[in-house]
Amino acid sequence: MANSSATAEGFFTRERIGEWLRKYAIIAILIGMVALLSLATGGTFLQTQNLINVVRQMSVIAILAIGLTVVIISTGIDLSVGSIVALSAVVATSLAQSQDATNLMYPGLSVPVVVAVLAGLGVGALAGFTNGFLIAFFRIAPFIATLGMMTAARGLALIYSDGRPISRLTDEYNFFGQGAILEIPVPIVLLVVVAVAAHVMLNNTRFGRYVYAIGGNEQAARVSGINLRRVKIGIYTFSGLLAGLGGIILSGRIGSGNPQLGTGAELDAITAAVIGGTSFSGGIGTVWGTIVGALIIGSLNTGLDLLNVSPFTQQVVKGVIIVLAIIIDERKNR
Amino acid sequence: MADEYLLRMDGISKSFPGVRALDDVHLEVMPGTVHALMGENGAGKSTLMKVLIGMYHADRGSITLGGQPVVIPDTATALRLGISMIHQELSPVPEMEVYENIYLGREPRNRLGLIDKRRMIAQTRELFARWEIDINPRAVMKDLSVAQTQMVEIAKAISYDARLIIMDEPTSAITEREVDHLHRMIRSLKSTGVAVIYITHKMDEVFKVADRVTVFRDGRHVATVAAEELDRAKLISLMVGRELTHMFPKEHAEIGEVVLSVRGLTRKGKVDNVSFDVHRGEILGIAGLMGAGRTEILEGIFGVAKIDAGEIVMNGKPIRIREPGDAIAAGIGLLTEDRKLTGIMGVLSVRDNMTIASLGRFSPTGILDRRRMDAACRAQRDALAIKTPTLDQLIKLLSGGNQQKVLVSRWLLTTPEVLMIDEPTRGIDVGAKAEIHRLMSQLAGEGKAIIMVSSEMPEILGMSDRVIVIHEGRITGEFTRAEVTQEKIMAAATGLATAA
Repeated sequence: MANSSATAEGFFTRERIGEWLRKYAIIAILIGMVALLSLATGGTFLQTQNLINVVRQMSVIAILAIGLTVVIISTGIDLSVGSIVALSAVVATSLAQSQDATNLMYPGLSVPVVVAVLAGLGVGALAGFTNGFLIAFFRIAPFIATLGMMTAARGLALIYSDGRPISRLTDEYNFFGQGAILEIPVPIVLLVVVAVAAHVMLNNTRFGRYVYAIGGNEQAARVSGINLRRVKIGIYTFSGLLAGLGGIILSGRIGSGNPQLGTGAELDAITAAVIGGTSFSGGIGTVWGTIVGALIIGSLNTGLDLLNVSPFTQQVVKGVIIVLAIIIDERKNR
Repeated sequence: MADEYLLRMDGISKSFPGVRALDDVHLEVMPGTVHALMGENGAGKSTLMKVLIGMYHADRGSITLGGQPVVIPDTATALRLGISMIHQELSPVPEMEVYENIYLGREPRNRLGLIDKRRMIAQTRELFARWEIDINPRAVMKDLSVAQTQMVEIAKAISYDARLIIMDEPTSAITEREVDHLHRMIRSLKSTGVAVIYITHKMDEVFKVADRVTVFRDGRHVATVAAEELDRAKLISLMVGRELTHMFPKEHAEIGEVVLSVRGLTRKGKVDNVSFDVHRGEILGIAGLMGAGRTEILEGIFGVAKIDAGEIVMNGKPIRIREPGDAIAAGIGLLTEDRKLTGIMGVLSVRDNMTIASLGRFSPTGILDRRRMDAACRAQRDALAIKTPTLDQLIKLLSGGNQQKVLVSRWLLTTPEVLMIDEPTRGIDVGAKAEIHRLMSQLAGEGKAIIMVSSEMPEILGMSDRVIVIHEGRITGEFTRAEVTQEKIMAAATGLATAA
């Protein structure tokens, strides 16, 4: 056993291959899937425009999933991100309507687009902060606290918009969903910025290591002097902030603030995080893994569309993949 | 040949990684008697009982019950054979009613195959009436006091119609009146031929109820003696009578001024008005039996648990500790007792585990200086000879001894003046033990003050400059290194002697 790795033919031992497969299974799955879809679509899938579409369409889910990655690493969960998307969208769009719109929320009020964006982000962060506060100070289970927020935030979005989409937005606002910088769609640019920032936060800041520590062993983290409340509030505020950003991008892309936006998005985001190797037992997860997870979902959606697979079947496929991902995850952690 | 014994356990051995918990142990119990098991913490009493009820599987040895050799693979089999156990840690389902707890897992069914509630309640009522237990069978378990819960557990154990009932510290949570009640119940059980194995630390009880006493020490059988042939002094000497080895060398260190003073520390029901000082360069040992309140003292000092009264004085200045962060900032560290539960973060790397309490040092601005962190970790790894392939290794993949060293590093990186270590060498192998002890000596030599809680007598005797003994939350003895003996500690720990 000891000499198996020293000999040349011993390099490809079953253990090593197994370890490699477990470690890079996700990337292998993504590559395999892209290859398969390329063949099946006769190369259409691999065209640049299609690939950009794939990434653009999954960018909001990926941004939400990055927030959820941070939450899940700490053994929490955030079910409210989909609803926060809607709340942030209606608030931000209400401040970004063209003055010639017929259904102006605030007739005569014209603010710079940055105010609308900050309002959207602020609403998201505030909702997330509320989640964190409830979890940290009232010791409500994250599932319950964010389930409450999921319901309440959706209701607030409907109340605020009176149940109707807020439309005729300024071009400056729509830029966040439809624009491009150096031919790269803005949602993708924002995703990259968020991913890099989150990666640095998780790996190179005290706060990030505290997130992993709480997920790894909350009691040990407490004895190590970590202020659990502060970190938890930070975690959920971050998730809410990203959901706010998601709301801005999504409403900008469709050019209206619809209070039904983001319905069910939390589940796609959780799926992406989990496929990407984030562990519900806590302490494990990376931003890059989550992005690969989101890419898998994105290419699956687009690819199956290209193949004319019915949306009903697509759901079954997604369901199977999420369960498979969990099984791989369990084996990884033994 | 007819067997006069109800139970014979022969040549039982059981090892856990790094620990030999039972070494060729035997035990014979006669029907209709109370057989007390005594010994220090970790002597092997509970382990042997867990083997008997099938919770653990012995590596070697045989069990004979009523003359028949038996194999007991699980607790269900033990119950079927007529062996039931009252566990030290009570395990009722808190949301269920009392009668449901009594019949948990063996609910009688009615003709429709559904659970026969009425019968369960009636039988519980009968059981309680017979044993004079004044508890409503319909009460919800979590509403009962600890003592009532204990009585329910006792009634449950009896209700299996067992021929052998094991009671592991049955009186640790109940009042004197209930203890008398329990002892009446035991005598009544005896008269029907039931045998009771009674594990306790309380000597008074042994002399009150036991017919025979078996003493264990360090996983070995020391002696089995009829209770009337014993007195306290003899029992204590049986329990502690080991030769002292020189495995625990506390090197000489200059003992300096007082660093930490604890004044009147009180946690209701756990710690009662505890005061002590600890000096630079000193190792203060805290001895006592399991559940005496030693860990609770450390938790109170460190801000892990709220204290009801008391003052912590650090270098002459009273400090306020509301949470562990305050204690760390004041220069105190706490290496907790349960490595897995409150120590390591298993799925994280050695680096993360080492630095988690001192990240502020490496990130004045909030951004971590990875290079400085790695340098500090490598220095710790080399200084403590931690065996790990890389700093990225998951800590759960290290041996217990190396995990413990990483945790010591965690606290050293906070540069504490006072390091509190709860059971420094629990569950680690002999070699690593010696290394941890050497390390503690060295730290004391560098002028740190160390408070060490330990259940291992040789460790207490070998490492401590001074020993305080805790019994039921109070200090019942204080000894210098020169005057301390095993007998004095055991006497104070069992409440037989009070502080001079």
